[in-house]
Amino acid sequence: MTATAPPTVEDALALGLTRAEYELVCAKQGCAPNLLELAMYSLLWSEHCAYKHSKKLLRTLPTEGEHVVMGPGENAGAVDVGGGLVCAFKVESHNHPSAVEPFQGAATGVGGILRDIFAIGARPIAVLDSLRFGDVGGDGDQRSRYLLDGAVSGIGHYGNSIGVPTVGGEVYFEAPYEHNCLVNAMALGLAPRERLVRSAAAGPGNVLVLFGASTGRDGIGGASVLASAELDSDGDGDHDKRPTVQVGDPFEEKKLLECSLELLQRGLIVSLQDLGAAGLTSSAAEMASKGGVGIDLDVGNVPLREPGMEPFEVMVSESQERMLCVVEPANVDAVLELCAKWEVNGSAIGVVTDGRRMRVLRDGELVGDMPVAALVDDCPLYDLQPRKPSEPLYPAPPATPGLTLQTAPRDILLAILSSPNVSSRRPLFEQYDSIVQSRTVRRPEQADAAVLALPDGSALAVSIDCNGRRVAADPYTGTVAAVLECAANLACVGAQPLGTTNNLNFGNPEKPHVAWQLSESVRGLGDACRALAAPIVGGNVSLYNEGATGPIYPTPVIGMVGRLPDARRAGRLGFADAGDHIALVGPFTPSLAAGELAKLLGRQLPDGLPEIDVARVAAAHAAVRDAMRAGLLASAHDIAEGGLAVALAECCLAGGIGAQVELGEDLWEAIPLVAPAPDGRVIAALFGEGPGGFLVSGSPDALRELAERAPDVPFVSIGRVGDDVLGIVEAGATAGTMLTLTLDELAVAHGALAKLFS
Amino acid sequence: MKFGVLQFPGSCDEVDALHAARRVGDAELIWHADRDLKGADAIVVPGGFSYGDYLRAGAIARFSPAMESVIAFARDGGLVLGICNGFQVLCEARLLPGALLVNANLRFTFRQLQLDVVHADTAFTRACGAEDGQPPQLSIPAKHSWGRYYADADTLAALERDGQVVLRYAAGQNFNGSLHDIAGVRNQAGNVFGLMPHPEHAVDELVGGSADGLKIFESMRLAVEGALA
Repeated sequence: MTATAPPTVEDALALGLTRAEYELVCAKQGCAPNLLELAMYSLLWSEHCAYKHSKKLLRTLPTEGEHVVMGPGENAGAVDVGGGLVCAFKVESHNHPSAVEPFQGAATGVGGILRDIFAIGARPIAVLDSLRFGDVGGDGDQRSRYLLDGAVSGIGHYGNSIGVPTVGGEVYFEAPYEHNCLVNAMALGLAPRERLVRSAAAGPGNVLVLFGASTGRDGIGGASVLASAELDSDGDGDHDKRPTVQVGDPFEEKKLLECSLELLQRGLIVSLQDLGAAGLTSSAAEMASKGGVGIDLDVGNVPLREPGMEPFEVMVSESQERMLCVVEPANVDAVLELCAKWEVNGSAIGVVTDGRRMRVLRDGELVGDMPVAALVDDCPLYDLQPRKPSEPLYPAPPATPGLTLQTAPRDILLAILSSPNVSSRRPLFEQYDSIVQSRTVRRPEQADAAVLALPDGSALAVSIDCNGRRVAADPYTGTVAAVLECAANLACVGAQPLGTTNNLNFGNPEKPHVAWQLSESVRGLGDACRALAAPIVGGNVSLYNEGATGPIYPTPVIGMVGRLPDARRAGRLGFADAGDHIALVGPFTPSLAAGELAKLLGRQLPDGLPEIDVARVAAAHAAVRDAMRAGLLASAHDIAEGGLAVALAECCLAGGIGAQVELGEDLWEAIPLVAPAPDGRVIAALFGEGPGGFLVSGSPDALRELAERAPDVPFVSIGRVGDDVLGIVEAGATAGTMLTLTLDELAVAHGALAKLFS
Repeated sequence: MKFGVLQFPGSCDEVDALHAARRVGDAELIWHADRDLKGADAIVVPGGFSYGDYLRAGAIARFSPAMESVIAFARDGGLVLGICNGFQVLCEARLLPGALLVNANLRFTFRQLQLDVVHADTAFTRACGAEDGQPPQLSIPAKHSWGRYYADADTLAALERDGQVVLRYAAGQNFNGSLHDIAGVRNQAGNVFGLMPHPEHAVDELVGGSADGLKIFESMRLAVEGALA
């Protein structure tokens, strides 16, 4: 494709449009589009920008609630956190760039989500990340470790250098992600409520100022070629996509951030938008669309990195660290002066018009002219054709040699504790600055959720989570479980959800089985968020996550933000004081199905998960949250991957103190076991997974008070804190020791992930 | 008593340092392009990635107009504290001996560390006070990629002989591979001090893991007010 040859329908197909879409573009334009216009349509009509396979589903999600200040549609959502402040937050994916070049892919993923936050006027205060790679230790080991190392380094490079703490995250290793890794980044920001700014362009005659880095040929086609299609089946084939991956510069972004916030603080700009996927094309067209106006934009005024760039290249470049703002003519000089102070480029590149057309000029000569509505709103939306697959989509994982249900419980616990999905994340989070800005009340592995102090003495809590294996087993119930897991993490620190963001990572939605996963998952997401009063305030969709071996596990990553009234009472997960009692709280229904032990045993995913009683689980969340807020509990931890035994081990390790636990008749009565044949309850009780279970510790009186405050929530006292071993015994008729492990033995197993970075 | 906290493009911890300093006195930010130190009694060169750490950490910042004034201020005996990137800047400016190399593990690393206070009688540590005859320790976080303190053998011998090694990583805490476990050094005159760990991030139990870092700022206040008295 060259700039001189008139584009054909074949060019449109190469840019990712369908034949029918190309014909619709011709109809909207009244004639065949020129190259520039075709390039702009192809990007704005891509899956990445137009959500054409997901928009109808997304409309079913709950987006309103008492705390919501800004919902979906802006650069980020925002909730009221009291004291005149709002918290802006959003999660976004950078999966395909990271699969092609993990360091820059992950780094620019962080850069992009940070710009979304300060584009609405909020200072970024925290980053979390959600990562998925292939299994380590097996066939894909080398690639998975390369991607892991690159992505973690890239996230750290960007977040550390810009002075925003990385306070939490999650990572899973599963074979379906081997070719198509996931790198999702979430950011939070704080702003005075009146300082929030929207992106709608307004006021014909106002000036468009582009500021930040200069524009080069990097990232051309990122949104269409890279983000809206499957990766090549042969991993090496994606090397030629490297030029579509952008290169990040956190120093440039740091200056851009400070410059943007000072522009807003001084009231110099009307609206603000970051340049992300599809660069100037998307940001200018969307600002015009939201404002109901037109824009004349002259690419001749855009500062370039290299000479001779064609207008279409300037319009579609995804060069990083750029922002676009609308300024009243009288303020343009002041804006450009502030740009100079922060040593970023600032250029007036266009004007707002009342024509509702997007017109592109080069040094005054018209080179492209499109109706804004056609570009932004008229991309066809597609109905999914969901069909539940009749055969299992994913092969059974390889079994761990020597591990069976008859293996001694202590050895099973050590195997799970040292497995990549469960072992300590310390080797990752030690590469991140988690404390800059002096707000971090709970650092990684101190509590189930990160906690960030607010000026009025209260605090924010935030968690990001999704167990894709459970979603693969049951897209509806697995997604409900992911939402509940986030809310459980918040409850453990004493926080109530305010709002939710999500990143829907799925395969090719044009395939019926992926369409089924996607539609069932969104149904679960909506139901769970409604039940918890945690509306969706923003999010992102990443489709076409497939490689030669098929789709990834469906992975609707959930990010949830909550608030607790007193930062000093933020919960911890570690056992604290010898003599404290330990209780299991909540409607815990352990099952080996789709759990970590089942994976290590090489079991096929089940077809469906046990149904969840969301109201009963939510009542348990409330009980734990209220007890933590009342100062009753020394620790709280939700039971997740690896079940009760792993949760106990984590509480011991985090607190540096042991526990003696006795599983007796009252436990068997309280927790309905979904027991595996043939051996029954011991293994299911120790290693079974399911939502709704919490481990709490505190004085006997305090735990009694928790039980009395929530009489309908299951409560079983199971042991006490002390010594330097974790001991679990069975009481009653079948009395005997289940397992005994020293803290040192647990720590060695839990530290297994370090060898991936050596 | 007033602290001036430098602010370069790319500084990250300057606001944390400002708030830490305000716990013991007045404090104000000083923009890198300004030569006026605004009457500060002590200067903090903060952490972060000044000028993107391009070329070499601290190598560009040392030439900034504000640093020209700080160098003159230090030559006149003014108290200057360099934290992390600020330590690197002070080494680049030759206000402190030695250099900071890439960590032995080649990675950015964040840890809460135990530090031994080798000399609790300096202008930067006099509030650290020995307890029960034990050498005082501080619990302070560190976070950096380039923190391995290096100096040639003669310089190291002189530093040890003249009592310029003020802080050492406690046993088992030296993750970056610093020679002689050096975490912080002062100049010969004793008015310039640099350290890799971040005392400004340990001034409040709620978010700092400890409040031990406050003792560094409190020491500077005592030193300035003693000198003013």
